[in-house]
Amino acid sequence: MRHLTEIRWHGRGGQGAKTAALLLADVAFQAGKQVQGFPEYGPERMGAPITAYDRISDNAIRVHSNIYDPDFVAVVDDTLLHTVNVTAGLKEDGGILINTTRPKEEILPLLGGYPGKVYLLDARKVCMATLGKYFPNTPMLAALVKVSGVMEMDVFLREMETSLQHKFARKPEVLDGNLKALRLAAEEVVECR
Amino acid sequence: MPTKTRMSGNEAVAHAIKQINPDVMPAFPITPSTEIPQFVAAMIANGEIDTEFIPVESEHSAMSTAMGASAAGARAITATSSCGMALMWEVLYVAASSRLPIVMALVNRGLTGPLNINAEHSDSMGARDSGWIQIYAENNQEVYDNFLQAHRIAEHKDVHLPVMICQDGFITSHAVQNIILWDDEPIRKFVGEYEPEHYLLKEDESMAVGPYAVSPYCMEAKKAQAEAMKRAGKVILDVAAEFEQITGQHYGFFEGYRLEDAEYAAVAIGSVCGTAKDAVDRLRDRGVKAGLLKIRVFRPFPAEEIGAALKHCRAIAIMDRSESYSAQGGPLGAEVTAALYRAKAAAETVNIMYGLSGRDVRVEDMETVYETLQKMAAGEISYPEYPYLGLRAGTDDVLNV
Repeated sequence: MRHLTEIRWHGRGGQGAKTAALLLADVAFQAGKQVQGFPEYGPERMGAPITAYDRISDNAIRVHSNIYDPDFVAVVDDTLLHTVNVTAGLKEDGGILINTTRPKEEILPLLGGYPGKVYLLDARKVCMATLGKYFPNTPMLAALVKVSGVMEMDVFLREMETSLQHKFARKPEVLDGNLKALRLAAEEVVECR
Repeated sequence: MPTKTRMSGNEAVAHAIKQINPDVMPAFPITPSTEIPQFVAAMIANGEIDTEFIPVESEHSAMSTAMGASAAGARAITATSSCGMALMWEVLYVAASSRLPIVMALVNRGLTGPLNINAEHSDSMGARDSGWIQIYAENNQEVYDNFLQAHRIAEHKDVHLPVMICQDGFITSHAVQNIILWDDEPIRKFVGEYEPEHYLLKEDESMAVGPYAVSPYCMEAKKAQAEAMKRAGKVILDVAAEFEQITGQHYGFFEGYRLEDAEYAAVAIGSVCGTAKDAVDRLRDRGVKAGLLKIRVFRPFPAEEIGAALKHCRAIAIMDRSESYSAQGGPLGAEVTAALYRAKAAAETVNIMYGLSGRDVRVEDMETVYETLQKMAAGEISYPEYPYLGLRAGTDDVLNV
């Protein structure tokens, strides 16, 4: 496991990339880590590209800059691949996770020649099978934990259950769907290179 | 037992407010401070505190209402940012000169324009002459701890001045990080009840707040206010010492990081200091004696102490996150340079403009600052003008990585 793991999220306003980054910081804290989760705000509005970040470490985190050389990148919306340089600075021994319904043949040419690992997840399929609605951030979070190894999967699922129980105390049916989405996403994410 | 948890800087301030349970909070929303009154309103709705929350129609009204509540004898707070505080401008001065111990959470954001919502110190630095005590934080822990100490400073009989507790917008206000929360009971005991000596609602004591002062008396009032600001220094240190006894957290006017034997020092305020500490460690690993002086208390300005702490350095970078448009640099540059002059320091200095409108500062940027100081001390370069850090290429007076 890495000493310090840095993660960059790319999404569009309203898809929950910021929430996913903050949730990851939350569960990593529960697992005993030092964490930093923060969004980068521009002219924020629904649909505009947004970036969010996580640092997860065994030591206290003092730096307050954005992340330029991430270990992992998570792309919540594959239309961003055409407009945002999502692999900028991404470490070759790290990897990129992309939410897409498209085949790898269409995705790989859009990654600017990034030579590291590429993981794909059809979060829409996971969401429809478990939640009945499209909230891609929950499955993306589980897939990212799986591929990054930033924490043990069973610890992650346990802590997420506690966290979601609190959040959805009055909506147990939502809790169940979210937990299923997390588990299914961890199974569905595929390494395509 | 203190609680190890994680939360954002805004949540940390809201938690401090929950533990303090102030009497009155008028507030008007403005990014990035909006979450603070939101969280407080939720706490009130949930019955966790019994603060009187007053939704007002503007920030001018927010500060006026805080003044009214404070003058009446209540413990009053508010929160704002940037243009919100600019709209309070007139009342900031009235609150300070009326000697009302209001506490304000200021989430630093640049003043327009160009219109921008990100971290900059132009809001609070513009108000540096308003008579408010100003205390700044590097991270969520510090803004929480500072807010818990604010009322004790503001309400002290030797002070009676308003206090603004500042943190960097988004960089700390919206970043979730680890934090230690102190137990309610010792904190409530530490903060104590507010028992003003003179207030408008006091029976059998007539008084006026904010009347006209004729010239033969007005200057004396201003001198008395200036003396109170001087006395605030000792009170800030006394309150910090008492806070340390119950929490173990040490606070002073400033924090020196690897400064004692430093040849090259940066002086800065706020979140950039965490980034600078990482840069200092990298330089030290390379054998370069780098250090940092992080200013916590900007008003009152601890000039003598800062001068003494920096006097031994060969070259010093004074970092400003706020333009003065004075054609001479920023406010910190002017005040630290004056402090060094009075301390008869021989160091080379450069005033660097950085992080305006939320421009990101990396560890590498801070390394460049220290490398620049080494070159200055060696006589290789000098900066008659003040450079901007990390400005886009094609512009003069730039320190670029």
